[in-house]
Amino acid sequence: MFVPNADPDREAMLKTIGVERIEDLFTDVPEGYRFPKLNLPEALSEMEAYAHLSELAQANSSVRDLTCFLGAGAYHHYIPAVVDAIIQRGEFLTAYTPYQPEVSQGTLQAIFEYQSLMALLTGMEVCNASHYDGATAAAEAVIMAYHHFRGKRTKVLVSHALHPQYRATIRTYMQGYTQLTITGDECTDCDPLAGPEVLLRAIDTNTALVIVQYPDFLGRIYDYTELANTAHQAGALFAIAVNPIALGLLKPPGEFGADIVIGEGQPLGIPLSFGGPYLGIFATRKEFVRKIAGRLVGETVDQDGKRAYVLTLTAREQHIRREKATSNICSNQGLMALASTVYLSLLGKQGLRQVAELCYQKAHYAADLISQIPGYTVCSNAPFFHEFVVCCPKPVSEINQALLEYGILGGFDLSTDYPGLKNAMLIAVTEMNTREEIETLRDVLEDISHE
Amino acid sequence: MSEPTIFELSSPGRTGVTFPQADVPSTPLPDTLIRENLPLPELSEVDVVRHFTRLSRMNYCIDYGIYPLGSCTMKYNPRINEATARFPGFAYTHPLQPEETIQGNLYLMYHLQEWLKEIAGFSAVSLQPAAGAHGELTGILMIRAYHQHRGDTKRTRVLIPDSAHGTNPATSAMSGFEVVPVPTDKNGNVDLEILRSLLDDTIAGIMLTNPNTLGLFEQNILEVTKLVHQVGGLVYGDGANLNALLGIARPGDLGIDVMHFNLHKTFSTPHGGGGPGAGPVGASERLKDFLPGPIVEIVEEGNEDYPPLYGFREPKYSIGRVKSFYGHFGIMIRAYTYIAMHGPEGLRKVAENAVINANYLQARLRGTYKIPYDRICMHEFVVEGKWADAPEIIALDISKRLMDYDFHPPTNYFPLIVHDALMIEPTETESKQTLDAFADALIKIAEEAHTQPELLKSAPHNTPVRRVDEVKAAKDLVLCCWLPEEQQ
Repeated sequence: MFVPNADPDREAMLKTIGVERIEDLFTDVPEGYRFPKLNLPEALSEMEAYAHLSELAQANSSVRDLTCFLGAGAYHHYIPAVVDAIIQRGEFLTAYTPYQPEVSQGTLQAIFEYQSLMALLTGMEVCNASHYDGATAAAEAVIMAYHHFRGKRTKVLVSHALHPQYRATIRTYMQGYTQLTITGDECTDCDPLAGPEVLLRAIDTNTALVIVQYPDFLGRIYDYTELANTAHQAGALFAIAVNPIALGLLKPPGEFGADIVIGEGQPLGIPLSFGGPYLGIFATRKEFVRKIAGRLVGETVDQDGKRAYVLTLTAREQHIRREKATSNICSNQGLMALASTVYLSLLGKQGLRQVAELCYQKAHYAADLISQIPGYTVCSNAPFFHEFVVCCPKPVSEINQALLEYGILGGFDLSTDYPGLKNAMLIAVTEMNTREEIETLRDVLEDISHE
Repeated sequence: MSEPTIFELSSPGRTGVTFPQADVPSTPLPDTLIRENLPLPELSEVDVVRHFTRLSRMNYCIDYGIYPLGSCTMKYNPRINEATARFPGFAYTHPLQPEETIQGNLYLMYHLQEWLKEIAGFSAVSLQPAAGAHGELTGILMIRAYHQHRGDTKRTRVLIPDSAHGTNPATSAMSGFEVVPVPTDKNGNVDLEILRSLLDDTIAGIMLTNPNTLGLFEQNILEVTKLVHQVGGLVYGDGANLNALLGIARPGDLGIDVMHFNLHKTFSTPHGGGGPGAGPVGASERLKDFLPGPIVEIVEEGNEDYPPLYGFREPKYSIGRVKSFYGHFGIMIRAYTYIAMHGPEGLRKVAENAVINANYLQARLRGTYKIPYDRICMHEFVVEGKWADAPEIIALDISKRLMDYDFHPPTNYFPLIVHDALMIEPTETESKQTLDAFADALIKIAEEAHTQPELLKSAPHNTPVRRVDEVKAAKDLVLCCWLPEEQQ
């Protein structure tokens, strides 16, 4: 199908190679293990494959079929048509990592612009060419901090309001670092709605890194200046995981004194796509640039003095440094980084602020309406961006089941990750939600509580 | 002309997209946390489209021509994959939706797991890892967890052949293991003698690439896996070169315990200028319970009237999750589409043609270029990019000169055990005509190296930029650009 050579071509080639039959090329494979019969379905034509996949897609109810109030780390935002048109250009889509800069200036300049936009958005000095997602970027932040202190500081403090999947990923990544303790989020008998001040007491001179989220997993926004200062006074590094859309409206983490900013770039023009591929943001201060994992693009000149771009500081990377590299990352999320670059270029200064404000206004309107329904309370009084915790009169799974019957995808059931938050739902509202949808949600929630 | 940056193109007051006005009453913004300054560029939609279109024209890509980067499997990317991955029913599903609303996704993931198991001979597959290196990390952490689970705590070392990808040693080090290199023998196989001398009960396992990075099938594969197993070690298989084995041999049958798949290489999902890829991991019976979750299973058998119900499950001794959600679902759709369109015979045909193409190209270059390990190769091979009688020429010069002939160069300087290596992987999606044109260019360049070496030294001549100053990039580090001051 995608093999151009037909039998006559192959015969001519086998002759040049000097073998008689195709099978002669595989005599190194131990006999008895050669040419296994694979039990797979017979091949479909393109037309049949299209129909089959189309049927599978239609077996789902997507957020186009349902009204979505679900976030918790993946958000339904509008993606301008230009974003997909650009990333579908074969020149971007079907190129590889730009190892040969002379024929890869398009990818290189696009990544350079991505690095620039992300540095500006986060208020940091440098950003790499991406990680797999927010969770793995968080794990790489821990690895960087650990190596920064040459393994001499063995405690990493994570906020309990850091995305639970980020915390799980950090723990998996660090299994080989047996002396390292990851702590701060064991909220067994404490208040799950406590703020970041609970971390203050735990910071000490053995702390390598403190990680918080902004807005945090429960949607809340805090000024982290004091926490950053306390971390720095103890000699620790301070990292903030961000939602980049919120940074269109909110003070950037660079202004809180963050040393590392990580984040999930999915909201910036990348479809929900059932959880991936997404985009891991990793930005930091210039002094850590040689410790950063992954690719970096630098500006330089060619031999005629013309401006050009190239992968730089590659001596940090695994293909050169092998076991001394601090990370093994190789393939990253180049195309997703391009999507976010096109998205940010299109929205620009005004557009991003507008989207962020729409999210903020609509979420606050929703919170207002819901808090007026008897039995429901918005149960955190901290300021929030576009996601908030609602305490409900019955288990969230029951409420969500009922909402689904009205075509509404309800919020995230917090009891799955926070046993102390029984009957609590995390509701996300974006620019995609109309006033009518928000009011319907209110009406249905009210009806459900009477059932 | 070089292309200005988006910051240089910015003009105050422009915007590339409009959004509706708020249709809800206004709530005051939190004044202490409000951002004062957002120095993003301002451009119209047409500015943005033209900028990125102009940039795109400075890239070489598979849609344009052969991209024979060894070990990267740059095969043609069927457009049907892009169409199916964009079906709204897939692209607009949220990863935390209730399972009953996403049965289409779960069906696809379940069958992709099953197919990968069958193709490579494993007992279970987790689709979660995001890339090849991520799959390696997953696999090595699983090996670690397996030994720990059995209380076998003295295994601190991992064997890695010197021809391995840099990701292999980096992965082992990241997982807390000491890396022990294993040399390659004169035939391009793992040196069995030395391997035997290194094996003891401190060995957690070996990371093996087969076919290896010289493009050669490991002739002693059964012996290697047996020896490592005999001392209680496990075998990690680097699946980067699986393209050569589809329908030819199954790694699981050969004694590999755990292996990653590079969906973006073997199953034709585009590399996107560096990613995204996807690196699912397959495991043998004894390692399957350590896979990262969640994994898709049938939770309720179907019958005549109802299809089976699919759901997520965590493996019993899972190492935990290695990223958020379930992996790169969008990439899984592409790989699923590709496998569904090939079937068992089609996949075998892919491998056969990849191997024919590589051997044909090797045969055409034999005599002009030195082939350090001259055997029948699998889907790629390595030649030396230098000649004793043209001492100033190095592999890089040949690569740069290839660009003038409108070809993407092969991989340079890898594997490290061959001096001035050019590692060439044509893949099955190139025609004989393309291979002939590529071989002709390489033969012509070999002649130029002897008669007009300066042509190579000063190449490329016909590209958007000439040879790039990499030293300056690292010395005068410029990693960002900004808006001009008056616009900030």
